[in-house]
Amino acid sequence: MDLLQFARGPALKFALIVFCFGVLWRLTAVFLLRHERTLSEPRHPVFRALMGGLLAAGSRSAPHREFIRRTGYSEALGYSYHIGLFVVVLAFGPHIAFLKSLFGVSWPALPNNLVTVIAALTLTLMLAVLLRRLTHRVLRLLSNFDDYFSWFITALVIVTGLMASTHFGAPYEQLLAWHILSFDALLVWFPFGKLMHAFYIFPSRAINGYALARKGASV
Amino acid sequence: MPEYQARQTIGELLDRQGISRRAFIKYCTAMASLMALPPLAGRAMAEQLRAARRPSVIYLSFQECTGCLESLTRSFSPSIENMIFNVISLDYDDTLMAAAGHRAEAARDQAMKANYGKYLVVVDGSVPTADGGIYNCAAGRTAVDILTETAKGAAAIVCVGTCSSFGGIPFADPNPTGARPVSDLIGDKPIINVSGCPPIPEVITGTLLQFVTTGQVPDLDEHRRPKVFFGNTIHDRCYRRPFFDQGKFAKTFDDEGARNGWCLFELGCKGPTTYNACATTKWNGGTSFPIESGHPCLGCSEPGFWDKGSFYAALSTGTFGRAGNLTPRDAAKLGGAAAATGIAVAAGATALARHRRKVRMTDIQTADTQKEE
Repeated sequence: MDLLQFARGPALKFALIVFCFGVLWRLTAVFLLRHERTLSEPRHPVFRALMGGLLAAGSRSAPHREFIRRTGYSEALGYSYHIGLFVVVLAFGPHIAFLKSLFGVSWPALPNNLVTVIAALTLTLMLAVLLRRLTHRVLRLLSNFDDYFSWFITALVIVTGLMASTHFGAPYEQLLAWHILSFDALLVWFPFGKLMHAFYIFPSRAINGYALARKGASV
Repeated sequence: MPEYQARQTIGELLDRQGISRRAFIKYCTAMASLMALPPLAGRAMAEQLRAARRPSVIYLSFQECTGCLESLTRSFSPSIENMIFNVISLDYDDTLMAAAGHRAEAARDQAMKANYGKYLVVVDGSVPTADGGIYNCAAGRTAVDILTETAKGAAAIVCVGTCSSFGGIPFADPNPTGARPVSDLIGDKPIINVSGCPPIPEVITGTLLQFVTTGQVPDLDEHRRPKVFFGNTIHDRCYRRPFFDQGKFAKTFDDEGARNGWCLFELGCKGPTTYNACATTKWNGGTSFPIESGHPCLGCSEPGFWDKGSFYAALSTGTFGRAGNLTPRDAAKLGGAAAATGIAVAAGATALARHRRKVRMTDIQTADTQKEE
């Protein structure tokens, strides 16, 4: 078994199992957390509170007007590289073929050269994000291994993917194997690190929004 | 090979057959061009070949389908007739030779004795080693015996086809005959692998010709294949490559993409990981190659190509199980089982944590009550 076979076979299988197991474990554990009973009288009916929750999930994603001068740069960076990641993952032909093998559906791909440029831009933006984390005094104090490793593993997948798509540095089969192996590593790390925010972010905002709306706050 | 022929140079033989020097230079120039050598190399090759003696070639067929020999006999440039009559002396090939039985074996013995240390061995097919090698015998001897004996006096061994180069189809899981490639069994001779299932005929003859001309093993890649023919991937030289770069893929064999000749990556093309000359030398005298006919590359010139998952699954998809690829059904089963386990573990852990908290709270309450009393 060569490296590419290992990456596409046993390693990917193991990574997918760990990913599904870990994500559902983390989600279930959070949903089953013991919640204190809310003793206050609800100010709004349940339906309106639920709508408030949904609204909060969306409205909290937009930059707050009052803080835009202070947070605008980091939010622009964050949004840009997340959009870049989505395009690279969802619009590259070989990735669509992989997703089709998992879910049975496919869609048209963007030109490979365009996706390669977007991936390079995304990586540049991620470097800017890392630089900000390292130079911002408060952010640096708040950061731990999880932040840096989650950044590293994501950047590694992009770097190896760029190398594979541009045939840079080694034969294609090796580059593809490294790319798939780095993706396998990302899948394994995903549920146990901060990458899990992909699953937590909107439900947590919605739950907060629901609680606030129930208490009569404007969300 | 008769002694008078062994002493004769290729040039003398050509003169005897009435083949002009001009025609021979033309032929050598075509070969040099095929091997991507500089234009003047054709003339140098012709001079060198004319002065050289025809090397004796012993062609051994083991566990194979004769597809490689079929391919070789359809070589256009140089044709196999050209090769046999002008450049090499094919002294033993149990499929092509007129002799049979002990006379055929005697021809091999004679060629080995007369050209000890100088002859070329061409091997076609993998070598079975299980159960004492009984799965492939000729003249009462196993393939391992015949190969070992013949290889002793060889100048070099040329493995024609993926079976002799890497084990090929007989080597595929579960490999009931214990098939092995020649390089696993012979360690003290130069080995050139001309892989492919079958290899391109011009690549076989070109490799032989290069060895005869220079007397040296050509530059080889990590799998001992001549770099001149196996230096690039099919994908690198594929005429459909622009469609890959544009993200235009055929999704099925009869959709619009397939009719427009778009890239076959999503239909399982192994071109990006397959090193061969199909996209440049092509087949049937340069007519076309499989991708040109609308079929994805199977990757037949790569080691273990039969066990690398479905021929029709994209390279970016997973390979699971015995030569199987991940399907949505497998993914649902795999993900479902893992997810259900995750939920069960989390629910169990939460229940345990709640129980412990309850016990702790009861203990605290009991302690408080006792204190109050």
